[in-house]
Amino acid sequence: MPALVFDIAHLLAGSLVVMSFVQLYQDRLSALINVFAVHALVLALSVAWQAFAQGAPHLYITAAIALVFKAIIIPVALRRIMVRLGIHREIEVVVGVGPAMLLGIGLVALAMVVMLRVTAEADPLAREDLAFALSVVLLGLLMMVTRRNAVSQVIGFMSLENGLVLAATGAKGMPLVVEISVAFSVLIAFIVIGIFLFRIRERFDTVDMQALDKFRGERR
Amino acid sequence: MTAFDWIAQILGILAALLAAPLFLGWVNQCRAWLQNKSAPPLIQPYRGIRKLFYKDALIASNASRLFRLAPYVVFGTMVTAAAVIPSIATRLPFTRAADAIALVGLFATARVFQALAAMDVGTAFGTLGARREMMIGFLAEPALLMVIFVASLISASTALPAISELLATQTLALYPSLAFTAVAFTMLLLAENARIPVDNPATHLELTMVHEAMVLEYSGRHLALIELSAALKLLLYISLIACLFAPWGLGAPAAGPWDLTVGVAAYAAKLAAGGTLLAVFETLIAKMRVFRLPGFIGAALMLALLATLLRFVSGSF
Repeated sequence: MPALVFDIAHLLAGSLVVMSFVQLYQDRLSALINVFAVHALVLALSVAWQAFAQGAPHLYITAAIALVFKAIIIPVALRRIMVRLGIHREIEVVVGVGPAMLLGIGLVALAMVVMLRVTAEADPLAREDLAFALSVVLLGLLMMVTRRNAVSQVIGFMSLENGLVLAATGAKGMPLVVEISVAFSVLIAFIVIGIFLFRIRERFDTVDMQALDKFRGERR
Repeated sequence: MTAFDWIAQILGILAALLAAPLFLGWVNQCRAWLQNKSAPPLIQPYRGIRKLFYKDALIASNASRLFRLAPYVVFGTMVTAAAVIPSIATRLPFTRAADAIALVGLFATARVFQALAAMDVGTAFGTLGARREMMIGFLAEPALLMVIFVASLISASTALPAISELLATQTLALYPSLAFTAVAFTMLLLAENARIPVDNPATHLELTMVHEAMVLEYSGRHLALIELSAALKLLLYISLIACLFAPWGLGAPAAGPWDLTVGVAAYAAKLAAGGTLLAVFETLIAKMRVFRLPGFIGAALMLALLATLLRFVSGSF
């Protein structure tokens, strides 16, 4: 494999991890949605490059799905939800930016140690893809844990799913049907979550998840 | 080691000293153009420094010897750093004397002396500036070291000439880790040189200033030296970018006058481009609150750490 092909795949997958960190760094909701759109765009580029590198044309369809659904439709929908909920000026962080970043670095190091050791015999392209994909998944989980606002938790969930797509494209021979069904189930999950958001707002007058804790009788 | 090498070395230091105010003037000019103001002439920083050299140096009555000594120490470290960084040619006599880690130490020495001198007289502004400088430094220094470690991991050497020679002479390759460190280093450049998102270089009396607050007590030739070393520091950071991330045109071994000419031309082109980009960036972005600075520099540290991790991934194949 020419070194440059590998380097570009590496750069794109690494950029996806960096975009996950940018998401952790953003505490404004509107900026967060923009970053999520860029996250999906980088994912689409990365998948398209994998399609070129592996010579697997069906991955172009995956890239197109990522581009259309995740980089355009979901951010636009999220923005409309945000405006209708009237929370576009809110700033919220449970853990401060610094500790969150440090935790994130720890998670990335963990993902690399685990993945590089486990997949010692795999194809190098798949191997580094898996390491980065696990980092993106863990960072998405971290995002869901460190945020209180339901909308940013949804964004954490969606970026976690981006990591799964990256892992799926790195492994050769993943059937297209599986990828399409994953993409659509995420879209349906998004719709359900969107409806839930409005229900939560109706019931509690807020989308701050601490209100739910209080409702369950948990004290902080 | 020929006599020619030494001539090139001395020429390099003199060129850095002369080019530093010129570079500052160029950045100011670009900034003024971008903001639709009439620009000051290119040689305005020289005039400022000459004026300061002619003036009397006033020193507070309770200032200790450290206060007088600090400008000379800061200036001395910057000149030494200028000799260490390969800007126009790689195999110069001094560039072998200190590696990249020693260079970080040189910058740290200058920082410590400047902060101590700022606290020496005991004015509120000086102490405030010194503390802020240290707040920036405690995150910026490890980040700078991480940036250098990434470059050293790639080239298996901490000597700057070896790094830039390797990067300049190999076949085309893309280093993702170097791309991330380049971004981190740019953020460090802005933080360390009191440029816009961190500090405003155009103000002299403002509660948020960092560098200007530290040098408020200086006047005359001391202030001139400090301003010259600040300009030199900015130039050195741009030179570091040039030699780590864009080492093309660096005359590989300083073999003959032709290589040196190519090196000087490439260096001038890189400086012009770097100054323009700096001015564009400074015009586009707004100054940050002081309390947000640890987040900004922490992000640079984070990027550099991530690049190191990335280097281990790509280095394991």
